[in-house]
Amino acid sequence: MLTWLGHILHWSFLNSGSVQTALLVGGSAAVVCAVIGVFTILRGYAFAGHALGDVSSAGGSASFLLGISPLVGFLGIAGIAAVSLEFLGVRRAREQDVATGIVLGAGIGLSALFLYLDTTTTSTTGAAVMVMFGSMFTFPANLRWPAVMTAAVALAMMAILYRPLLLSMVDPELATTRGISTRWVGLLHLVTLAAAVALAALSVGAVLASALVIGPAGAAVRISRRPVLAIFLAVILGLAAVWGGIWMAYESYYWFAGNAWPVSFFVVTIIFLSYLMSVPLQYALWRRIARPVQIAANAGG
Amino acid sequence: MFETFMIHTWIASTIIAATAGILGFFVVLRRSAFAAHALPLATFPGAAAAQLLGIQPLWGLLGFVTIAVVLLHQLQKLGRKDVAAGLVLVTLLAVGSLLLSMTDSYAPAVFSLLFGQVLGVSAADLWPVAVIASVVLIGAMCLYRPLLLQSAFPELALSRGISAGVIDLLFLALLGLVTAMAMPVVGALLVFSLLIAPAAAAQSLSARPLQALLLAVMFSVGMIWLAIALSFWTNWPIGFFVGTMGALLFTSARMFRYIRHRWLSTGLPTTMKNQPMKLIPTVPPGEA
Repeated sequence: MLTWLGHILHWSFLNSGSVQTALLVGGSAAVVCAVIGVFTILRGYAFAGHALGDVSSAGGSASFLLGISPLVGFLGIAGIAAVSLEFLGVRRAREQDVATGIVLGAGIGLSALFLYLDTTTTSTTGAAVMVMFGSMFTFPANLRWPAVMTAAVALAMMAILYRPLLLSMVDPELATTRGISTRWVGLLHLVTLAAAVALAALSVGAVLASALVIGPAGAAVRISRRPVLAIFLAVILGLAAVWGGIWMAYESYYWFAGNAWPVSFFVVTIIFLSYLMSVPLQYALWRRIARPVQIAANAGG
Repeated sequence: MFETFMIHTWIASTIIAATAGILGFFVVLRRSAFAAHALPLATFPGAAAAQLLGIQPLWGLLGFVTIAVVLLHQLQKLGRKDVAAGLVLVTLLAVGSLLLSMTDSYAPAVFSLLFGQVLGVSAADLWPVAVIASVVLIGAMCLYRPLLLQSAFPELALSRGISAGVIDLLFLALLGLVTAMAMPVVGALLVFSLLIAPAAAAQSLSARPLQALLLAVMFSVGMIWLAIALSFWTNWPIGFFVGTMGALLFTSARMFRYIRHRWLSTGLPTTMKNQPMKLIPTVPPGEA
């Protein structure tokens, strides 16, 4: 029975080194993005999170040009973008939209230049595809532990920020009286978000990175209004999407007669479907619990 | 630079930039930058789908932009607007990466769809650009007053019988048309820069709607002309020039506004200083 099941599911795929790396790096990106995603959604920073991912593509393409590690490239540019967002006034509600748009436009412009220089000055081909849509199965094996370390540092950062960030989101004035600098807490959240998105960009691609931040957390905050439960749900959804996507991409080689479909496609599709399913689930849960406070809190979003 | 093969590029990009400047004014006013970023990228699979089906690319783009507009409008009604835009964007983009991996021109196609192919415009490409631009212009003229009113005073608009949902859908449809028109020429990522930066800079400089609108068009057209010229001389991609010039334009407009405010408000109490200008449309009572 087990061997038969193993034959159907091709468990042997776990033995492949590149699959192990993809599961490890993609999984850690999914966990970090899900945790930070919950705060990002609640703060209304989904656009900023997406912009950081797109802008980090400039770092990814520059790393080919300079011959440095793509991890350093993605992280560096995403960090710079996070600080520029703060500088242009992303914290002020009426400026947020435009400030994010300007940083995004400039970052994409740089990315266009670096990708162009990649194809003309070095022999790199397909850099655009690799940076934009990810290269989970060709992730360099020597980068897997640095990537996991980055994820661990980002998670630790979020553990420290958990209470002050939550308080400054719910009641900024109370936070200030308790001696919390809302500005610094906000900036640290942005920088940590940048690190998480950069990791996601390395695995599912720069333009799809925000799927891991927005999707699982977006579905989770629909289902639960409690931060801890929402974070827990988001982590499970994110991991299921990334690991399920990797498995399906590996399997698709057998489904479509040797034409494997891209990993990122499966990951994003699972995320999108789980968000769609969270909508009826939310209404079903509400009807049972029907807490007026919850409805009032959600109507604002 | 003004050889015969470049004439079509100049004409097409001027029309696109002017239309993007006008619509960008409303994008910035309504704070729909994420939607303006999501729609072009969600249209991305259209080109690949058209290639697989063997039809004209424009039909593929129009088909996918329709899907994107309807999906975005529906998802925005269900919950948070920014989450909806992000999810529509990544989902359709992932479909695009799948469709492109099925065609044989993967890598070069990705680059030109994302960053544009402004130097390869033919006479046949001009017609759809001209037709769609006139449709968008007429639409924008008809929607000018209700859009302005609804963006600035939603409650007042509602009391006058302007439905927020209908206005939103019509606005997204216009945005989608601009996207489908501009994508083959300037690319999915560049459309966004043309929509945001000129209009944001213009609104920092002027609080009068019509003046800001005209400024946005001037900035947008000027930006793309300069970008094409620089791209022609250096061979670097046009997206780089548009993106960085947009950021420069916006930051200089903000600095100009800041200095002017400091200058004018030296006599005012400190609380009045540095307040952002508010864009108040001058709607006389009994009209709109």
